[in-house]
Amino acid sequence: MPKYALLIDYEYCTGCQSCEVACKEEHDFPVGKWGIRVLDDGPWQKDDANDQGSSFNWNKIAVPTDLCDLCARRLENNREPACVHNCLAACMRFGTIEEMAAELAKKPKQVMWAPTE
Amino acid sequence: MKFENDLGKPWKYEEGDFTVVRSSVWSPPGCHPVGCGVKLYVDKEGRIDHVEGDENDPITKGRLCPRCLALKDYIYNPSRVTYPMKRARDKRGDADAWERCSWDEATDLVVSEWRRLTEKYGKETFAVFVGTGRDGMLQQDYILSVFSTPNLACGLSGFACYQPRMMAANMTIGALYPEIDYAGGLEGGYDDPSYTPPKTIVIWGKMPLASNGDGMFGHAVIDLMKRGAKIISVDPRVNWLATRSEVQLRVRPGTDAAMAMAWANIIISEDLYDHDFVENWCYGFDEFSERVKTMTPERAAQICEVDVEDIYKAVRLYATSKPASIAIGLALDQNPNGMQACQCIMACMALTGNLDVPGGNIVADMSEPEDLVAGTKDQQAADNNEQRSFVTAGWYSMSEELRNKCVGMADYPFFCTQVTISHADSMLHALETDEPYPIRMGWIQSTNMFVASASAETKRWQAAMERSMEFCFGTDCFITPTIQALCDVFLPLSTVAEHDSVNRTHYGAASIVTGVGNKAIEPLGEAKSDLEITALFAEKIGEGAKSVYEGPIDYLEKNRLEGRHTFAEVRELVKYKRKVFYWKYELGKLRPDGQKGFLTPTGRVELWSSQYQMAGLDPLPHYEEPALSPTAHPEIAEKYPFVLTTGARTFAFFHSEERQVPRLRELNPNPLIEVSPADAERCGVSDGQWVEIYNEYGSAKFKAKVTPTVRSGTVMAQHGWWFPEQDGSAPNLFGAGLSGVDNLVPVGHNNPMGLCAPYKCTHCAIRPLQENHDVDMNDVWSKFGKLV
Repeated sequence: MPKYALLIDYEYCTGCQSCEVACKEEHDFPVGKWGIRVLDDGPWQKDDANDQGSSFNWNKIAVPTDLCDLCARRLENNREPACVHNCLAACMRFGTIEEMAAELAKKPKQVMWAPTE
Repeated sequence: MKFENDLGKPWKYEEGDFTVVRSSVWSPPGCHPVGCGVKLYVDKEGRIDHVEGDENDPITKGRLCPRCLALKDYIYNPSRVTYPMKRARDKRGDADAWERCSWDEATDLVVSEWRRLTEKYGKETFAVFVGTGRDGMLQQDYILSVFSTPNLACGLSGFACYQPRMMAANMTIGALYPEIDYAGGLEGGYDDPSYTPPKTIVIWGKMPLASNGDGMFGHAVIDLMKRGAKIISVDPRVNWLATRSEVQLRVRPGTDAAMAMAWANIIISEDLYDHDFVENWCYGFDEFSERVKTMTPERAAQICEVDVEDIYKAVRLYATSKPASIAIGLALDQNPNGMQACQCIMACMALTGNLDVPGGNIVADMSEPEDLVAGTKDQQAADNNEQRSFVTAGWYSMSEELRNKCVGMADYPFFCTQVTISHADSMLHALETDEPYPIRMGWIQSTNMFVASASAETKRWQAAMERSMEFCFGTDCFITPTIQALCDVFLPLSTVAEHDSVNRTHYGAASIVTGVGNKAIEPLGEAKSDLEITALFAEKIGEGAKSVYEGPIDYLEKNRLEGRHTFAEVRELVKYKRKVFYWKYELGKLRPDGQKGFLTPTGRVELWSSQYQMAGLDPLPHYEEPALSPTAHPEIAEKYPFVLTTGARTFAFFHSEERQVPRLRELNPNPLIEVSPADAERCGVSDGQWVEIYNEYGSAKFKAKVTPTVRSGTVMAQHGWWFPEQDGSAPNLFGAGLSGVDNLVPVGHNNPMGLCAPYKCTHCAIRPLQENHDVDMNDVWSKFGKLV
């Protein structure tokens, strides 16, 4: 049973990719391997009334990959995962599933991941 | 769950197998100096193992961007050169002709050539070429005093980055560029009782999230959005931030002055202005009102190609939000009419009473600083009344006669004396013609100017430099295409982790935070810092060098720390703030004489600028159609139907840096051009296909990214591209010519003050290509992935 979760507020994820690079550095992943990826949903026009920014859907969503171990080595030292620590928009959180679920209930446009057992 | 953190740890501490050094980073690698807080984890062998954000930093609070997260991959990159090198002059461009030499031999070579050439042509024959974002560029003072040359030089036409906004601010409010207030100088940050978050932030021609322009922490905008700030975007392009905006005005590139005049017009005609502030602190309101009335919102809508209702909506939202701020971006510098737009935008700040209020736009403090450091008041130096944010003793250490030889002084005296740098287009002319005199020696000090990271008509610059320079040397961490093409001596630069430094950051030149770059590791090979190199030259030159500084630490203390602190004292702090005051025009803190008001001839915000008037220019704002626009010029539209913009920033790179760092290159492997779906269809271009863009000045190749974020009729090409994985020798020069977008940007389009250039409003045609230049990332990894 999974115990921990990442909670990501994609209203504010700007797609800076700090999580990707922090993860690659922490795990020493080479080019082509990732522990987390920022997927890009957009930009596509959700409202054809005008062509302003607010008419576009553009959400950057960080998704942990199969290689995500929730920074087990850092967790041993009671440190939060590298992606969460360095996130420029401060839109990532880490904790137990129960804690994160309680946070999820507080605002929309969030996503919760439980990547590992 | 509760996690461990490092709050309150000293600047250097032990943790398990590591020594952790807390630092505030700036260059190399280059960056806009946000001076982000980092923790450098150094292992028992003295190598950096990894880097993470420092939660002690008062502004970045542990957050860090990809470039510093990958700092280790830059420092230990196998293509980094860490020993001095020399090369015979007739071998310029030959990557295999470099020979390692000692520092002694290298500096002897430089100094003997300097003596020979300056004796023949005068001190002014030596030009020091700088770019942006490298620590060395701000050491001009030291360098000028050692070499006594009036020619600091930058290839950027019209100094079209920051300086035009600075000059516009000077002309209008008598201050440095007024940054948006993100509580940077307050002890309690956003929660400080004296702070009010802005209700609305206007982001005008700027993408601060990726650019951190002028040392503004871009993600502070996100912090403020979380605290309720609404966004108004004025930008042709839908960037991510614009998708979170209340209203966006997708202006046609280069038409900002028309839009800004309409903003001021609406604020005045709908009586949305602060009558008290106008009456007490503004000058020329009636004349200004008359002028901006000539730009009706309807006319602006037509010029800018936006819906007039959206203009009203945006202006009413801004003018009725208290407080509200406006972040002005690079786009206004890269438009010859941009300073007039700035004049109106800064007028809007004043008219709405948002100038120098909490959560508004901050005006630079000219009074003696109160640093938020316990016990420093006693140490404050008496000679601290400089009007400029950094000391200009080096410039003034030269005779007036010598200063007047600064290239461009004859045509642009205001530019040369204010910026204390030669004028780019005039310098190009001098390099091509030896007029007004020959430039025979150069130092490529902190620029990679042959790879479309600044120089308009790049290939002309390259040919002119090659023609004119009898001797040239370069300092960098890598052999760049510029150094490869031009230099006879290479001097290896240490990175920010390998030397002590001081950066001044947040709110641009009006910085309110000082950070210390703490040395964490010994320099690789024989690399030295910019400061150490200049000190070495001073020593070599001996009595001829009238250096105003005694060495690197003396420079840091007198110049960067303004004589108020010792380096030893501040290194332990890593960072300290200068206390920020609001409503300073009432406190006498905006003028060195301590009088109330603004530092303008009238002491007021000059909506009608007496300084423009004195310079023989229009004291009021006006609109000029972009000189190169296809819209207003059918003869251009026929051949080159697209508006070409460039210069937008990415998270992966700072200008031409980091192409050799695989984990960053992977984020943006190829040079991209954004093309709208309609235009792509019209030109027969598919997403991912390579295309050539061209105009009467030059051509360049890019990989097309078909996206609705760009306006139809506009394309946006990335800048700064070279390919360190490719053959470095001339003529290939690491592929520097392939994607050289600045070859399409013409010189000779500055405003009458010599400022601004059309980097964001020139034109081009597009042709789809069958060839494919996609990089093989496995090749990049195999060349640069194995660290040394």
